[in-house]
Formats: sequence, C-alpha cells, structure tokens
Amino acid sequence: MHELSVSSAVVDTAIRHAAGRQVKAVQLRVGALRQVVPESLDFYWGIVSRETVCEGSVLEQELIEARLRCDDCEAEWAIDMPAFRCAVCSSGDVTVVCGNELEVESIEVEEPCIA
Amino acid sequence: MHRVKVRVVEDALDANNTIARANRDDFDRHGVSVVNLMSAPGAGKTTLLERTLGHDGLDGVRAGVLEGDVQGSLDADRLAHLHVPVVQLNTDGGFGGECHLDANMVRSALPALPLDELDVLIVENVGNLVCPAEFRIGEDARIMVSSVAEGEDKPLKYPLMFRACELVIVNKIDLLGQVDFDMDRFLHHLDAVHPGVSVLLTSARTGEGIGELRAWFAGLPQRVGAAV
Repeated sequence: MHELSVSSAVVDTAIRHAAGRQVKAVQLRVGALRQVVPESLDFYWGIVSRETVCEGSVLEQELIEARLRCDDCEAEWAIDMPAFRCAVCSSGDVTVVCGNELEVESIEVEEPCIA
Repeated sequence: MHRVKVRVVEDALDANNTIARANRDDFDRHGVSVVNLMSAPGAGKTTLLERTLGHDGLDGVRAGVLEGDVQGSLDADRLAHLHVPVVQLNTDGGFGGECHLDANMVRSALPALPLDELDVLIVENVGNLVCPAEFRIGEDARIMVSSVAEGEDKPLKYPLMFRACELVIVNKIDLLGQVDFDMDRFLHHLDAVHPGVSVLLTSARTGEGIGELRAWFAGLPQRVGAAV
C-alpha cells in the first residue's frame, strides 16, 4: 500500500519533468528509513506508469543506507534496525545524515534527432 | 530518436509539500492551529475526539474536526452531536479510495471549513500506520495513537510513523490486564525509535488521560514554532 503512494508520487514527478517526452528510465534514490520494498515499488511502477509518458520505462533504484550522527559526541554510524539512540553515549539527540531520501535524481527521455 | 538524461534532483513528495505549505499559509492567516491525528484503524481516534471535545470542549478554545475516511460518514456522524463543526472528507467517492490524506485532499475541503470560527482544527487521518506519515497536510503538530490491543512491538514495526509525530497517545489502557501488553517494553521500544517523544496514556472508555489531552489541544494555539 505504501509503495503505491510512493510510486504514484514518483511517476507524477517524472511526468512533470518529462514535459511531454517519452520517458525510458527514472533514477530514484531511496533511503532505508522510507520503509520502501524495492520489489514492491517495481511492481507498482508498472501499474502507475500505464497510459502515461512513463509507460514501459525502467525504475532504477539506488538504495541509500541509514546513517546517524550524535549531536553530543559526534559519533557517526549506520543502522539497519530502528535504534535511534547514540550507540556510543546513548544520547537521544541524533541527526539523520542519510536514509530519508525519496529523490528523483534524473530521468532519461527520448528526443527526436535534429539533422 | 535519441535518449537524453534530464537532471531532476527533486523529492518525490515536493509537489505535496508545496500544497501543504499553501494550506499552512491559509491556516496561519485565519489563526488556526492544525493537528494531524494518525493511527491504525480501530485505535480509538474518533472515540478520543468524542470524549475530548464533548461536554465543555476545550475550555474556550474553539475546535473543529476534519474527518478523513476512505468511504462513508460514520465517524462524522458520531461526532455530529458535539457542538463543534465537523466536515467529512472522503478519499474517494466509490469503493476503494486513497489510504491516507494528502495536502491536496485537505485543500479541497478548506472551503467547507469555517476557519474564521476556529482556533484548533483536528484532522483525523485515514486509519493506516504507514502512508499518512509520508504526506504533510499543512499541520502544526502530529499525534499518533497506538492502542494497547495492537501490541507492544508496533514502534519497531512502523518506525516511520512513530518518528513522524511529536505526541504518542497510548489508548485503551483500561484493557491492560486483559491483553498481553507490557507497557515498559512498549515505552522502551518507543524510546529506541523516537528518543524523547512525548507520551500520554489514555482510556477513551474510562476517561483516564482525557483531561490532559484536552489541555494539550487547548494549549496548541499558544505554542510557537512549526511541526517538523
């Protein structure tokens, strides 16, 4: 269900930037904290892109690991489970360095060759 | 034809966030503080609102409710006897609408809301523990309701939602003892997922914690600063 919402937002973004041109590929950066299942996003991509300029395009997902930085002791570490206290000093003042991304980085579109 | 790469570098939710900011501007212009109330289906959002806004309401603070549901007006009907404006917002007219409210849906409901007569607007989101966390609607604050019947592991399973709010209400505490729910473990998990988040224990059935929730809503217009 979540991936349907996310893929719809991505396809809308791609369509806006395609400006009527046929889209062949979409490069998406997905942070681990977005709780998106890549295979599920792929599945919905095929559905939400139907009858749009994105139909038949490939969704290329770059998965970004979640990294945190402690605001108190400045330790930085990666997490693969939801543990947001500092692993070194247990502080709760922690900044997400990366892992929140849901970013359309680029799209590849078809343009006519001008002789 | 040849292939051209177009640099975009845009958050996929930018379009939604732009509309959310427009909603926020409208709310600010009318001096309305907005709460986005989220939970799984059946956690007790509507009953909490019935209890909180009933009787004497928010002690002079004028509240209104925007009821988000996939379909029907069952929740709005339940709130109709309260002396507050209630507007129903369905995410789809037929069977099977969106599983969350987004900024544009809320925007479409603005003309039906008497914003000039409100200090606090509570938006009851569609019951869902994932998607509502992604979509800002122009709110000042977000509350997440988790009932003890759902189990103590929910913060670990839905960290996106538990991190997207500033107040977690643990509801149905009258059921403690009847369900296998260890409050200490729940609070431990919640602290791991969202260190320092405010917690309020309530029972919409017995009224425990309702006074505190009423005070929280009533204090919202005095608060400075925006939601994350």
